[in-house]
Amino acid sequence: MISIRGIQKWFHRGTPQEVHALRGVDLEVAPGDFITIIGSNGAGKSTMLSCIAGALSIDAGSIHFHDTDVTSWPEYRRAGLVARVFQDPLRGTFGGGTIAQNLALALRRGAPRGLRPGVRRHELAFFQERLATLGLGLEHRLHDRVALLSGGQRQALTMVMATLRRPELLLLDEHTAALDPKTAAHILELTERTVAEHGITTLMVTHNMAHAIALGNRLVMMHHGRIVLETRGAEKAALTVTALLDRFHDLNAASDRMILS
Amino acid sequence: MTTAALLAALEQGCLYGIMALGVYITFRVLDFPDLTVDGSLPLGAAVAAVAISSGIDPYSAMVLAGAAGFMAGACTALLHTRLGILGLLASILTMIALYSVNIRIMDGPNRTLLGQPTFLDDLETLGLPLYQVTPWAMAALVLVIACGLIWFLRTEYGQAMLATGDNPAMIRALGVNTDRVLLMGVGLSNALVALCGAVVAQNQGSADVTMGVGTIVAGLASVILGETVVGAATVSRACIAVIIGSILYRIAIALALSIHIGPWSLSPSDLNLVTAILVVLAMTSPRLTRRRSS
Ligand SMILES: Nc1ncnc2c1ncn2[C@@H]1O[C@H](COP(=O)(O)OP(=O)(O)O)[C@@H](O)[C@H]1O
Ligand SMILES: [Mg+2]
Repeated sequence: MISIRGIQKWFHRGTPQEVHALRGVDLEVAPGDFITIIGSNGAGKSTMLSCIAGALSIDAGSIHFHDTDVTSWPEYRRAGLVARVFQDPLRGTFGGGTIAQNLALALRRGAPRGLRPGVRRHELAFFQERLATLGLGLEHRLHDRVALLSGGQRQALTMVMATLRRPELLLLDEHTAALDPKTAAHILELTERTVAEHGITTLMVTHNMAHAIALGNRLVMMHHGRIVLETRGAEKAALTVTALLDRFHDLNAASDRMILS
Repeated sequence: MTTAALLAALEQGCLYGIMALGVYITFRVLDFPDLTVDGSLPLGAAVAAVAISSGIDPYSAMVLAGAAGFMAGACTALLHTRLGILGLLASILTMIALYSVNIRIMDGPNRTLLGQPTFLDDLETLGLPLYQVTPWAMAALVLVIACGLIWFLRTEYGQAMLATGDNPAMIRALGVNTDRVLLMGVGLSNALVALCGAVVAQNQGSADVTMGVGTIVAGLASVILGETVVGAATVSRACIAVIIGSILYRIAIALALSIHIGPWSLSPSDLNLVTAILVVLAMTSPRLTRRRSS
């Protein structure tokens, strides 16, 4: 169980540019949950994922993994628990390294690094086996530099890296948004398959309502730094894109009225 | 160029190649341009000179010099990671401070090693004239260090260091404390530079507080010349390229100094200008050739 309680986050607090990005977010994530997260631009979705990963510190609230309070843990210390994939394919890989070197770095996520060989021979077969599931032929290019790969190939590699060592929590932040539709569909299919196969607890931010409805067992909508809608199970399955869009319009109209009044 | 001049260039190139490998770590591996080296080269020389003249054996003196260099680099890294000072500025601050520190260590602006034991004494026991042995001894030394560096960069920690320079956000998300890696990397770099200073001091028989001037430019020139000529596709290729670049750089300097146009010629004090021009040429030559071919 991952418990996120009362998270508040400000940027530039106490200055004229102050942004209150998270205004008390609560979320209880059960093992195996696959939660899709939607919301308008600037709702705080990315900020929430960064706070959970520890890349941003929070100003109030707490984050627990099972019974461990990780609120004060820096990002590198949470890495043993959390894996993350971003929108930008360049962010998830180390371009100067080879595919094998990147996978070896990911295989040691959260583990101490010493003076043993960075890539070990016996690991290569395992890397090839996992890469083969992508169907992109990357298993034959273990020693190619990642910088030579296309954005879609890099994102596929990042997905493999994120799940090479099973994380307690997988965070996906619009990880198909920068890809062409065909590649995006492939990565999404890969996501569904990997998450199901390994039973990985997942939070996935997407701006695609249809994906948000189709994937996962829970759906969360964020608005102005808060969770404004939560559905699960049959209720979620019964959602339609139109219903969600109506919901969006209501929220926006409400906040416009607030600003105008 | 005469054979003697070539041998001298080989000797200097290999000797300063140790420093250039240090510059390669900060400049290319960590992507952290570091000017500390202008202070850590004389620091290594000063520590070795003082240690040797107080009776410590030359090899232990070189280890002490390396340790002092590591601390200088660590200082720069901490100014950057702990106090948030811009990396380049942090390294300038350490470099400036080292000027005073080096004078304190030597109790003056220089320290002679005349009549003191040095590691060169062990080369003399080979029975060949020193001017013939030294270049090859320096070549062996820099190759051993390069092999060590190549081995290190292929370890788990070395791979994390390469990734820290390339994509720090990614490697942090994989559980690496990038601040600590930076500290180790900048420290290691300056340890090599200080070791180089310790060897230079023994080779020329003295340590001098001004001997570090232009170290960073010579190091950059070596790294960039090597990359341009040899390439840097893999870590091992890049490390060998640094050494070759360092030798080419010394040859270029020797050639420049041998230019005589009537009564006019270059003097050693022109070297920094020549080096700066050389770096600009090496940095822009790939672009120039690309423009011509496209
Ligand atoms: N690093 C930052 N510095 C300042 N403001 C930020 C930063 N990151 C996000 N914000 C602000 O916080 C709010 C939430 O942003 P974000 O979490 O990126 O939204 P979303 O991912 O839902 O589109 C926005 O108003 C955004 O401008
Ligand atoms: Mg976002």
